[in-house]
Amino acid sequence: MKQTKTYLSKTVEELKPSGIRRFFDLAAGMEGVISLGVGEPDFVTSWSVREAAILSLEQGYTSYTANAGLLELREEIAAYMENSFGLQYSASNEMIVTVGASQALDIALRAVVDPGDEVIVIEPSFVSYIPLVNLAGGKGVAVQTKKENDFKVTPAELEEVITHRTKAIILCSPNNPTGTMLNEQDLEAIATVAKNHDLVIISDEIYAELSYDEKFVSFAAIEEMRERTILISGFSKGFAMTGWRLGFVCAPKELTEAMLKIHQYAMMCAPTMAQFAAIEALKHGNEDVNGMRKSYRRRRNYFVQSLNEIGLECHTPGGAFYAFPSIERTGLTSEQFAERLLVEEKVAVVPGNVFGQSGEGHIRCSYASSMEQLQESIKRMKRFLERQF
Amino acid sequence: MKLTEKELEIVEILEQDARTKVVDIAKMVNISVNEAEALIKKLEENNVIVQYSSIVDWSKISGHEGVTAMIDVKVTPKRGVGFDEIAERIYRFKEVKALYLMSGAYDLSVIVEGKSMNEVANFVSQKLSTLDSVLSTTTHFILKKYKHDGTIFEKGEKDKRIVVSP
Repeated sequence: MKQTKTYLSKTVEELKPSGIRRFFDLAAGMEGVISLGVGEPDFVTSWSVREAAILSLEQGYTSYTANAGLLELREEIAAYMENSFGLQYSASNEMIVTVGASQALDIALRAVVDPGDEVIVIEPSFVSYIPLVNLAGGKGVAVQTKKENDFKVTPAELEEVITHRTKAIILCSPNNPTGTMLNEQDLEAIATVAKNHDLVIISDEIYAELSYDEKFVSFAAIEEMRERTILISGFSKGFAMTGWRLGFVCAPKELTEAMLKIHQYAMMCAPTMAQFAAIEALKHGNEDVNGMRKSYRRRRNYFVQSLNEIGLECHTPGGAFYAFPSIERTGLTSEQFAERLLVEEKVAVVPGNVFGQSGEGHIRCSYASSMEQLQESIKRMKRFLERQF
Repeated sequence: MKLTEKELEIVEILEQDARTKVVDIAKMVNISVNEAEALIKKLEENNVIVQYSSIVDWSKISGHEGVTAMIDVKVTPKRGVGFDEIAERIYRFKEVKALYLMSGAYDLSVIVEGKSMNEVANFVSQKLSTLDSVLSTTTHFILKKYKHDGTIFEKGEKDKRIVVSP
């Protein structure tokens, strides 16, 4: 063991394993757990989409596609981006179909980061951002947001961490883990900073379809921002297609060409049958997406109000399917809270600190669970709180 | 009756699960419990919500005897009342569980339940086909119910997700 370790690269050795894994191991071995720790929809992909993939297999579409993805799919994506978000991206040279939004993020970072470049990550954040920046040879710089600001980053907070090495900012709205959605004003404030310091914005918009109160605004739709935006999205969340591993990235031609170079060598193309499924999802999935959005919104309303009632203060998240309540009043760290809740009441949540320092004092609860499960979990959490605090 | 967005949401929630508690409905649509109660009452009074019932899989109950038939009925509509008069005459029979006016090859679709094929056959031959306006009937017996009113009878799919993921 000691010997093999010497084979490892420094970059990988320095990479911290995700704090989520520990909780997975802990929860996976237990019976009767209600899991609010799941970062994916509770819906199964709609049958018409699954059926389209089956048909493609029956017809023998089992070979590679073009590097950037099936042209028909890219054309559907172009129409979708235009109709849903008012954005114009050329199907022929401004988008790439990727293996999930995760791979899109990876090629985006590798396309813009040189060794030593800094990329700003707004915490609490999705666990992959900083590790992916590091793997691309850059340095992930975390900026902490405040609960009082609904975890929205302020221009002043950004200015504080910007240096001459800063190359890009990763945005995620609606946000995992906080559920916070940035409105047009918030985005414009960030845009001003990006312009002043000539920064690239990598905008992770995977939860764009899941916004509940206000209309979602893409960062690329902000004036003069399209040219410096790499927009990342996909089918996992809005279309309930996590396991298909299908995402896409849209960016101006030069950036897309650069990313396509990496993609063609490292990945070749996204899975063909998943691409056929995605065509069906974009062509006929609109009603399903609307139905799922409605269902999440109801559950959000129920769950967030219930959390507040049992004494876990929680702002109403504008999007995604996460509630991010504060557990500060219990005096426990988020890890202690999550571990005891799991052991004593068999409710799995994710401790906020795994999403960064400013996530401490919070837990992430996914409300992508059935109403029965949500009701039961509230009952259990209430019992847990009343017993201890 | 034009429904507000909140009323429409309540209808959808109750249609999915009629046993959803009013306190939960209130939270789901973000209104007070009193408001929710008032809205539900209004929907009931206006017959938008007509009835609360359960979907029962009778085939699970041993000893239960029963058959369901769908009967295509061709009728002669009457001047002034169209199909409504004959429809009313048919739906008043307690054996008739559902009745729809159809486009296409026949006019009325009648769902009839009885204890046995014989009982249904008697109903068709003695009650239904002897009505004045009825020209012809075609009876189809249902062999197995897979899905009814949007509900699949077999147990739903299990949650296949891993317990904790980023």
